[in-house]
Amino acid sequence: MRLTSLVWKELRERPSAMLTSGLTILLGVAAIVAIRHVTVHAEGEVSRQLATLGANILILPRDASLQDYYAADQSGKTLPEEHVSEVFFAGLTGVEKVSPKLSVPAKLSGQAVTLTGILPQSEFKTKVAWQSVSLFAPKKHDGCQRVKSAADEDQSPESLVKNRSIEQLQKSEVVIGADIAQRTGLKPGGKASLLGEMFSVLAVLPATGTVDDGRVFAHLHTVQRLAKTGEVVNAIEIVGCCEDAAGDLVPQLGKLLPGAKIVTISQVVQTQVGVNRLIGKTSWFVLAVLVTIGCATVAGAIAANVRERRREIGTLMALGATPRFVSRMFLLKALWLGLGCGTAGSLIGIGLALCLGPLWAGVAIQPLPGLSILAVVAASGLAIAAAYWPARQAAKLDPCVCFQEV
Amino acid sequence: MFRLENVQKIYSRHGTAVTAFQCSSLSVATGAYVAILGPSGSGKTTLLSLLGGMLSPTQGRIWLGEQSVYDLSVEQRAKLRQEWLGFVFQTFNLVPYLTALENVQVPLCLAGEAAEVQRDKATAMLRRFGMEERLLHKPRELSVGQQQRVALARTLVSNPPVILADEPTGNLDPESRELVLNSLSECHHEGKTIVMVTHDPVAAERAERTVQLIAGELRDGGETTAMRSVA
Repeated sequence: MRLTSLVWKELRERPSAMLTSGLTILLGVAAIVAIRHVTVHAEGEVSRQLATLGANILILPRDASLQDYYAADQSGKTLPEEHVSEVFFAGLTGVEKVSPKLSVPAKLSGQAVTLTGILPQSEFKTKVAWQSVSLFAPKKHDGCQRVKSAADEDQSPESLVKNRSIEQLQKSEVVIGADIAQRTGLKPGGKASLLGEMFSVLAVLPATGTVDDGRVFAHLHTVQRLAKTGEVVNAIEIVGCCEDAAGDLVPQLGKLLPGAKIVTISQVVQTQVGVNRLIGKTSWFVLAVLVTIGCATVAGAIAANVRERRREIGTLMALGATPRFVSRMFLLKALWLGLGCGTAGSLIGIGLALCLGPLWAGVAIQPLPGLSILAVVAASGLAIAAAYWPARQAAKLDPCVCFQEV
Repeated sequence: MFRLENVQKIYSRHGTAVTAFQCSSLSVATGAYVAILGPSGSGKTTLLSLLGGMLSPTQGRIWLGEQSVYDLSVEQRAKLRQEWLGFVFQTFNLVPYLTALENVQVPLCLAGEAAEVQRDKATAMLRRFGMEERLLHKPRELSVGQQQRVALARTLVSNPPVILADEPTGNLDPESRELVLNSLSECHHEGKTIVMVTHDPVAAERAERTVQLIAGELRDGGETTAMRSVA
């Protein structure tokens, strides 16, 4: 028999005494691991989005919210389409692309889809050529250092997901999102019936993990005609040539379109970053609360254990147990409690994050071994720290209590 | 073996000092079998705790061999108990969640013996007390007499030269009492020093010398009838 088997047998004999404190550690670690997993991955996703989207600006109806935009713009709130021309011909510095969107609900092969009308860039070029107003053509921002990437030069329909615009799109053509294609089995060259009109599928967009996967893109004017909305749009996306330009553009657009709401994607992302930071800070607060409760329950449980085992401690001391042996008995118990419940909590936390992460934050979660190990180590360390005082008290017990407390 | 010099133990309770034990001089020779007799509250257990290195005297010195017990640190006194002393308790004080075998292994575990050695020694000792059928029983599954036999086996398994017994027959039926007293006599014949605290005159008769403890003060009761008849 060894110290470990002595501790193990005692723990097995009286499991209920440690159950509460063990449960606190388990729940605390599970909550923290789950929240941190989601936060870390959400932050990563936001960074990725920020890098992908660049300096985009959104023009929305004044009373529309960002949620309306992310809910595929189906709020019914609209802007006049003429704002697109106003922006384009205002000659604002830094405007690179203007992409109006109008989304309406529709059915495709019996399934509900979002039909989004977009205006191909070729029509803007035609307008510029037709009006011969190079004066109105958008000017490059002086300090713009942005290097054009291969994606910028890509004029294929699939580039819509990255460039937020499409070069060519006939009025009888549609581009469909990855989810829709998967659900309906449609492929490029196939036929799709929407709002009573037949379209040919120009392309299937690659999966993005965004709302675009569930959309069908058609020509703006076709969508306006079929939905009988008149010449309106839900949102106008503007791609600035760089972040600085986008920053300057916002006040200029505000002056140009006083009836509209102007926000930058950076703002949206920063808001999301802020939300993530808030969740992050909240998780640390939750951690602090749980650590306090966990330490208190472990300390209480070990102290109670010392109290109920005074006679046994006295007997062990009479048999030759040193104070160090006695304190190690309780510290080892606390270590096992922290290690066992911390590991279980960590695994549950990872499981929760894997299940709930996509639902809560819309991000895929990968287990973070470093974070999980850290949580287990911290739980064990805290359990030992909490048990230190009662263990010390046990070691200081007068051995003759075993004679006196009969 | 034991020597007490001007030992006094005073407890202070609610501002009042109570002398629990005092003794100007007492010696227990190596190999002696001494019974300390006295009514409840006379300081018998206090004396046993003092001898066992578990209760510091208010004044005076206690020697175990050439070593002044309370000049040692707490850790050193624990080691001293491990190597020199074996305790027999009135209420057996078996660890409730350990089997009979594991209870007997405890002193060997504390002494750092290998697991296999612990098991062999403990099994042999329990066999000596006729407990080979109860090795894996928990204390609650044993009768009172069996529990005391396990407790005795635990005391003797590490072969301590000194045995301190606190009312070892107090809770036992006549048969178990006889077994315990016989075991202590056997230990005495093996050369161990035994100090037994008791208020049972029959148990005290088995010792070779009695000491009366009245209101915390020692009076030598002289040789017992058993010793006188041997002489």
